[in-house]
Amino acid sequence: MEVFLVSALNGLVYGMLLFMLSSGLTLIFSMMGVLNFAHASIYMVGAYLAYETSRFLGFWPALIVAPVICGLIGAAIEIWGLRRVHHNGHIAELLFTFGLAFIIERAVQMTWGMIPVPYRVPELLDFPLFTMYGLQFPAYRGFMLLISAGMLVAIWLLLTRTRIGLIIQASLTHPQMVSALGHDVPRVFTTVFAGGCALAGLAGVIGGNYQTTEPSMAYAMGPIVFVVVVFGGLGSLAGCFIASIIMGMVQTFAVVVDGSLGDLLRPIGIALSSDNFLGELLTIPLARIGPLLPFVMMILMLLFRPRGLLGTRDT
Amino acid sequence: MTARSEKSGALPRQWLWLLALIVAIALPWVFYDWGHHRQSGFVISMLSQMGMMAIFALSYNMLMGGAGLLSFGHAIFFGLGGYSAIHILNGAKAGTFPIPVELVPLAAGFAGLGFAAVFGYMATRQRATAFAMITLGMGELMTVAAMMFHNFFGGEGGVTTDRMIDFSLFGLSYASGLQVYYLIVAWTVLSIIGMAFLTGTPLGRMANACRDNHERAQFMGYDPKTVRFLQFALSGFFAGIGGGLFALTYEIVTFDAVAAPLSANALLMAYIGGSTVFAGPIVGAVLITLLQSGLSLLSNAWLVYVGVLFIAMVMFAPTGITGIIQAHSPIARTGRMRRLVVPYLRLVVPGLAVIVGVVGMVELLSFLTIGAAQGKTLVLFGRTIDVNTTAPWIVAAVCLFGGGVWLRVEGRAFHRVWETLTAELKVSAP
Repeated sequence: MEVFLVSALNGLVYGMLLFMLSSGLTLIFSMMGVLNFAHASIYMVGAYLAYETSRFLGFWPALIVAPVICGLIGAAIEIWGLRRVHHNGHIAELLFTFGLAFIIERAVQMTWGMIPVPYRVPELLDFPLFTMYGLQFPAYRGFMLLISAGMLVAIWLLLTRTRIGLIIQASLTHPQMVSALGHDVPRVFTTVFAGGCALAGLAGVIGGNYQTTEPSMAYAMGPIVFVVVVFGGLGSLAGCFIASIIMGMVQTFAVVVDGSLGDLLRPIGIALSSDNFLGELLTIPLARIGPLLPFVMMILMLLFRPRGLLGTRDT
Repeated sequence: MTARSEKSGALPRQWLWLLALIVAIALPWVFYDWGHHRQSGFVISMLSQMGMMAIFALSYNMLMGGAGLLSFGHAIFFGLGGYSAIHILNGAKAGTFPIPVELVPLAAGFAGLGFAAVFGYMATRQRATAFAMITLGMGELMTVAAMMFHNFFGGEGGVTTDRMIDFSLFGLSYASGLQVYYLIVAWTVLSIIGMAFLTGTPLGRMANACRDNHERAQFMGYDPKTVRFLQFALSGFFAGIGGGLFALTYEIVTFDAVAAPLSANALLMAYIGGSTVFAGPIVGAVLITLLQSGLSLLSNAWLVYVGVLFIAMVMFAPTGITGIIQAHSPIARTGRMRRLVVPYLRLVVPGLAVIVGVVGMVELLSFLTIGAAQGKTLVLFGRTIDVNTTAPWIVAAVCLFGGGVWLRVEGRAFHRVWETLTAELKVSAP
């Protein structure tokens, strides 16, 4: 039971971090049809920028500075890059962001080196918030939950209570109609792209010291974020939220479950050896299968319900 | 009428293929080390790499250029072909699976075909972005699985073999890299012929049709899913051959052979070389391998250059290198190339300035961190440069931005000349 509660909390923290990253990506993907490969790279850039800022100004200014810079980078990418390749079709756009992710990773390696940088949790938050069944819950995770919940509310208010939010919502489902009504859809695109990148940057600020800030963090996070977006469905922030929490829970719980699929067969008298392929598959501990699960879930979802959990259109 | 004109146009192209084959056979002897009476190992391994990568990139282009399918997991079939080849060789050595060395790549190809049929059955039910995402997921799945399962993949250490199994069709031992290289040349030629043949078959044509407009292809009575599936499976076959050659050359296959970076490499090679021309991926494979083995010795940041080249291609030349060359052929045929000489010459200086600027910036940046950690000094364009002074940074920045603006102006002028030329061609065409 105690393991369950602690894992549920950790899964929630991780899921909220995933949501912060994938909400921007979902908006971009739904509106522009571009699956932005560089999104996780922006997350990484956010973490590194936060590290640099925290070296000179401290952690708190980084919460503002890094997302703003990431948003500006995003706007620049959209205006001078994506818009130019747009007329060559979706494949060209996908390839463009793919190349961008490639370059950003190398550039980060060149600027900050291959090894992780010492980006740490601020001292003010470096204490256990509460102790549960002898296990400590760090205050920083509570802070992450607070920030991501605040962001969730802010996005929701922005999308439902403001004019630009209504236009964005309309563009999600009926982009042609919105442009026919005389709205400047390219400018909305730029705004959403910059906003999504700013969110990714914010996720980098609070995620960089929760995980480790290293050049491979974009590659570690990127595929998972794609899984969340595809799993949640196109054009649906709610689906994206549910998918984020599910992925966070799945990844956290898979690590703590002690046992394998083969253990389920033991009570009915089947003992397996790991000599053959099937036996090996069934005797591998679930904790090690964990990294596989999101991809299995995404492939199954795409095969049987290509529009995702709450999506309105096919991928 | 059109058939005949195509044929007369194809004749010099066939000579080009023959020339390429002769060069491929002769190159190891061009770099023969007469002082020590042996082959240059570096050149042989680079040429071998080019051969297998050419097959791999061509098989990738069966999907991208041929069927319009963007795959992010093509290395799966290359890698699984490689793993299978290792197990086949080990079986042959132990006597349980008698097969001559020469046919191991073919067996690996059939393994690739089998796996591609299984994976393709799922992936090709979708197209476009969903297809790309499924293949991305499959690639990740395969990489994790390759590290997890020890029986077939050998875990993180990979599986090893010995290619000298004393069973050869031609009585060769394959102890030297040169013999393996010529085996690679032979299989590359066979694969190129096979894939070139496939582009002309009804399947290849229908794949093109589904790429251009899958709804119209459907109206014509073809099932795009079946077309995609067959194309996918066959491209897995050729990727498997490439993987088999990889296993024969290096005698070890690890999870790197199924992992995402190799899939990305296939994409880079096919796209930079040119996905609209059949020979494009070969050009890309040769170029990227050259960069990989040549540039990586000169610079820490060689992958940045590959990335910049790729982005530049996506933005300004989506048809790739061979596509650019092909675009000139109607102009050359009507004898109008002379009018492009001056505009091209005017592009040279600003183009060089931009290249100097990019290289300068990238190298300065990389030497600030990685180079300093390695204790090297920066030698750029024949001069030793101190990265901690501001002068080289300013020079690089001026070259980059000044050259960029200048290149933009010249590029527009060039574009105008190009437009008038193509307009004239349209008018003069019957």
